[in-house]
This record gives sequence, C-alpha cells and structure tokens, in this order.
Amino acid sequence: MSAEFGGVPLYAYLAISAVLFALGALGVLIRRNAIIIFMSIELMLNAANLAFVAFARQYDQLDGQLFVFFVMTVAAAEVAVGLALIVAIFRTKHGIDVDQMSSLKG
Amino acid sequence: MNLTLILFYVLAAAAVLTAGGLLVSRNAVYAALYLVLNFACVAVFYLLLGAPFIALAQVTVYAGAIMVLFLFVIMLLGAEKLPKGDVLPWQRPLAIVLAAVLLAEAGFLLFQKLQTTVILPAPGTELNATEALRTLSLQLFNKYLLPFEVTSILLLVAMVGAIVLTKKVKGEPA
Repeated sequence: MSAEFGGVPLYAYLAISAVLFALGALGVLIRRNAIIIFMSIELMLNAANLAFVAFARQYDQLDGQLFVFFVMTVAAAEVAVGLALIVAIFRTKHGIDVDQMSSLKG
Repeated sequence: MNLTLILFYVLAAAAVLTAGGLLVSRNAVYAALYLVLNFACVAVFYLLLGAPFIALAQVTVYAGAIMVLFLFVIMLLGAEKLPKGDVLPWQRPLAIVLAAVLLAEAGFLLFQKLQTTVILPAPGTELNATEALRTLSLQLFNKYLLPFEVTSILLLVAMVGAIVLTKKVKGEPA
C-alpha cells in the first residue's frame, strides 16, 4: 500500500458518529410523521454501529463487527414490526401524525 | 493530506448533509431516499475501517431490504405528506437546544475523557484480508453461536408479529 493511503484518526469516526446520532435524535424530536421518526431511529442505530466498527478497528478485535451484525438483524426485525404497527394505526386513525395518537383507547 | 483522509472528509460531509436532508424534507419518499444515501456513505466508512463483510451487509440489509420496506409502506399508505397541523411553537427550538446539548456532551466525552487521538490503520494494510473474514465467520459460529441461533427465533417472531398485526379481522370493513 502506497504512502498516500494513510489512516484516519479514531476521533474523526467518533465525531461523525456523534453528529449522526444527534441529528437522529433531533429528527425524533421535531418531526410529526411517524415514518420519518422511525427512519431517524434507524439513523441513530447506524451511528452507534459506526462507533462499534471504529472501536473494533482500534482494538483489532472482531467482536465489535459481530455486534454490529446482530444490531442489523434486530433492526430488521424492529422495522418489520414497527411498520406493521404503523399500518395498523393508519387503518384506525387514517393518519400517521404522532400528535393524533393521544388517546389510549380506540 | 492523504487520499484516505480526503475521501473520509467528503463522505463525512455527504453523510451529514443527507442526514440533514432526512430531517428537513417535507416528502417522506425524499426522506427515505436521503436515508439510503446516508447508509451508502456509512457503508464506505465500514470499508475504510477494514470491515468489508459489515459494509456489504449494510448495503444489502439496510440500504436494500429495510429501506425498500420503508418505501413500500410509505407508498402503500399514501402518507408522503402530512396535512399542515397546529405545531407547538416552542417544540422546535427546544428540540434543537436539546440535540445541541447531546452533541456537546458526546463531544466532551470523546475529546476529554477518552484517548481517541489514535490513528487507525488504513484499509488494506492487513496482511491477509481473507484470513480476517475467515476469523470473523469462525467467531460467529463458535463464540457467538447461541446469539446467532436466538436471532433466527427473533426474526421468526418478527415475521409472525408483522403478519398478525396487519391481518384484517374477519367481518371488519376494509
């Protein structure tokens, strides 16, 4: 590998991971569309995964990468159930605005 | 400035811009497409970090399967845009302040408490990339065999749950 392919410092990866996580949290707080809130949660999961892989690289351990693999499968299951819930809510409420979902019954 | 660092900064800018696009786009379909781009950027980060398996899983599972499911549901419900409703006036500024506090806390932790100035090795500097992949799969099927099997049950439960939740009850109108 030639010399111009140097490395990237760890803090750069952690910083981008923190920024993506904060943007995801902001999305959960400011949006009212349940699907976009859900996508912001995926963004936060992804930011955490990036930090995992960066630390796995730092310590030269593969456990971090395997944990990311498990996070991905859990995220897939979560999306399947979550979107099914959103479809069910849309059927009863005829909308997916989270401000509408204020009643416990009906 | 080396080439990896330039690539990293370009990708970092793209990742932050697409995440911002997800937050501000009015149309949910555009938001989903921004998120696909964001996942692609993160997949290239994984490649830079010497994790090709995770990078490909990211592209196929996240950018492929999960986002197709999102787009499918958005178009199925026809919920691209929400009707304009009354928004709490203090909600948006408060949310921005809270997110900034979160970011500041994370930054403080990263730069004050942890030793994070280590330079990570560049991609491709491993002597044997296939050997690394082999070690990864051996760990997955030995050390993490039980979690791996539990994952299959989790996916089965999610599948059954999704079907049960969206199934129409008999006699219920549409």
